[in-house]
Amino acid sequence: MCHSQTSTLSYEVLYMSPKAKSKAANPVESLSFEQAYKELESIVRKLEGGQLPLDEALALFERGQALAARCGSLLEAAELKVQQLRPQVGGVALEDFEASEA
Amino acid sequence: MPHSPQDMCANAPGGDRVKIYLTPSPHWATIPGVTEAWSVSDLNRYVRQMLETDIHLQDVRVAGEISGFRTYPSGHWYFTLKDASAQINCVMWRSRAEKQAARFMPRDGDAVEAHGNVTLYETRGQFQLDVAWLDPAGEGALYREFLQLKARLEAEGLFAPERKRPRPAWPRVIGIVTSPAGAALRDLLNILRRRFPIAQVILSPTAVQGADAPPQIVAALEALVAQKPDVIIVARGGGSLEDLWAFNDERVARAIAASPIPVVSGVGHETDFTIADFVADLRAPTPSAAAELVTPTPIDDLRAGVDALTGRLTDALGSAVQLKRLELAELQAQLKGLSPQAQFASAGQHLESLRSRLAMGMAYRLSLERERWNGLAQALHNVSPLGVLNRGYAIVSKPGGGVVRRANEVKPGEALKVKVSQGEFGVTVSE
Repeated sequence: MCHSQTSTLSYEVLYMSPKAKSKAANPVESLSFEQAYKELESIVRKLEGGQLPLDEALALFERGQALAARCGSLLEAAELKVQQLRPQVGGVALEDFEASEA
Repeated sequence: MPHSPQDMCANAPGGDRVKIYLTPSPHWATIPGVTEAWSVSDLNRYVRQMLETDIHLQDVRVAGEISGFRTYPSGHWYFTLKDASAQINCVMWRSRAEKQAARFMPRDGDAVEAHGNVTLYETRGQFQLDVAWLDPAGEGALYREFLQLKARLEAEGLFAPERKRPRPAWPRVIGIVTSPAGAALRDLLNILRRRFPIAQVILSPTAVQGADAPPQIVAALEALVAQKPDVIIVARGGGSLEDLWAFNDERVARAIAASPIPVVSGVGHETDFTIADFVADLRAPTPSAAAELVTPTPIDDLRAGVDALTGRLTDALGSAVQLKRLELAELQAQLKGLSPQAQFASAGQHLESLRSRLAMGMAYRLSLERERWNGLAQALHNVSPLGVLNRGYAIVSKPGGGVVRRANEVKPGEALKVKVSQGEFGVTVSE
């Protein structure tokens, strides 16, 4: 477990541009839809702006593809989560709301 | 049994107000019930006239609760108005019923104020109210209260447009203040599920009608604010003015105004305006509309957005590669310019130019020298001894060379050479 993590990290450190490396600290799987979408937007704008070294452009492209896939899977899996506040001693608790309707 | 519609029609054709009979009948000459017995018809007619000519019984307002409400195919309405201990039959003729239905459709159990005239239905000897129109009970007083509170809060600036905050484009957490059992919540959740299932909903349950509702709504809103949702919906389904009254409560209005999180109100139907609507950051005409307004970018748009970004991503990489290709081509062209062949060619050209410049320089220099030489020749000529000889002088020199400048340089008998302008000759020194 620990070993594979280290090797993944070192791969990224070795083969990704400095910019991509800093982004790699945020694996796409940990991003919310909004985070992934916003980052994808900024990557597209950066790429469209041009003037990037080719290796950096490629790294951004790959990151962008991963972000797009993340967005897609989040949209597919989306299911409205409904909770309700319930007063408790010393405050309130959040519990899942079971809709009573048919 | 109350009145029968057919008979009522006969009494009041066209639904108009029943006319008052003022023509005295023969019975008026007698003392009714004393000298002669009343006919039932006469008695009823008399009582009716009495009722209809009493100004206290005309244009009256009667407060009560509706029961036994029935509409007839003829279009007339029949119902009973009652309070805790009494009741009165009521009729509303078709022309009025049509107008009434457009304003406010009464139902059994509704507390109303009936406006109309007291009369008697002679056929049955039934005392009744000929109703001109119905208002929900207490509307006048409640409405005044509503207007006063509205004016007061407006004067405080609580409705000012600059107070209205924008909704977040993508709420992650949507807070809802409403009844957990109401139709409003069901509508809200249905629409949120369909439009924006990537969000999370936190319901803060509360009663939404009754005397206890305002403090409960305030507490529910405050508890929800503590959860820091991105936007809050305060909602209630449609109902009578009294049902919605909690949302005209000053405490509720102030709690909404004090919310640090944008509040969207969705109370009642489109035509219902409550104080909560005015003070909220955004008013939705219905709970369903509120759910749509807090999700301005539905999931389908997000999906399309992701697709568009993916396309642009690929295009942008393609252009980036194309750009690099062009840069490469340009660099190659530059490199070609720097190759040895090109350098030779360029050096050859340079050499050629140097060569021609050299030739031109040389020619110039030569002509310059020539002129200078000419000048010198002239000057030389001017100082030449030959010039002096021309003027008749002669140069005497020894045969071994050496010009004779003094007499003692020569001895008698010595042979000398004399050079004159034209040729020379020898001489011998005599003494």
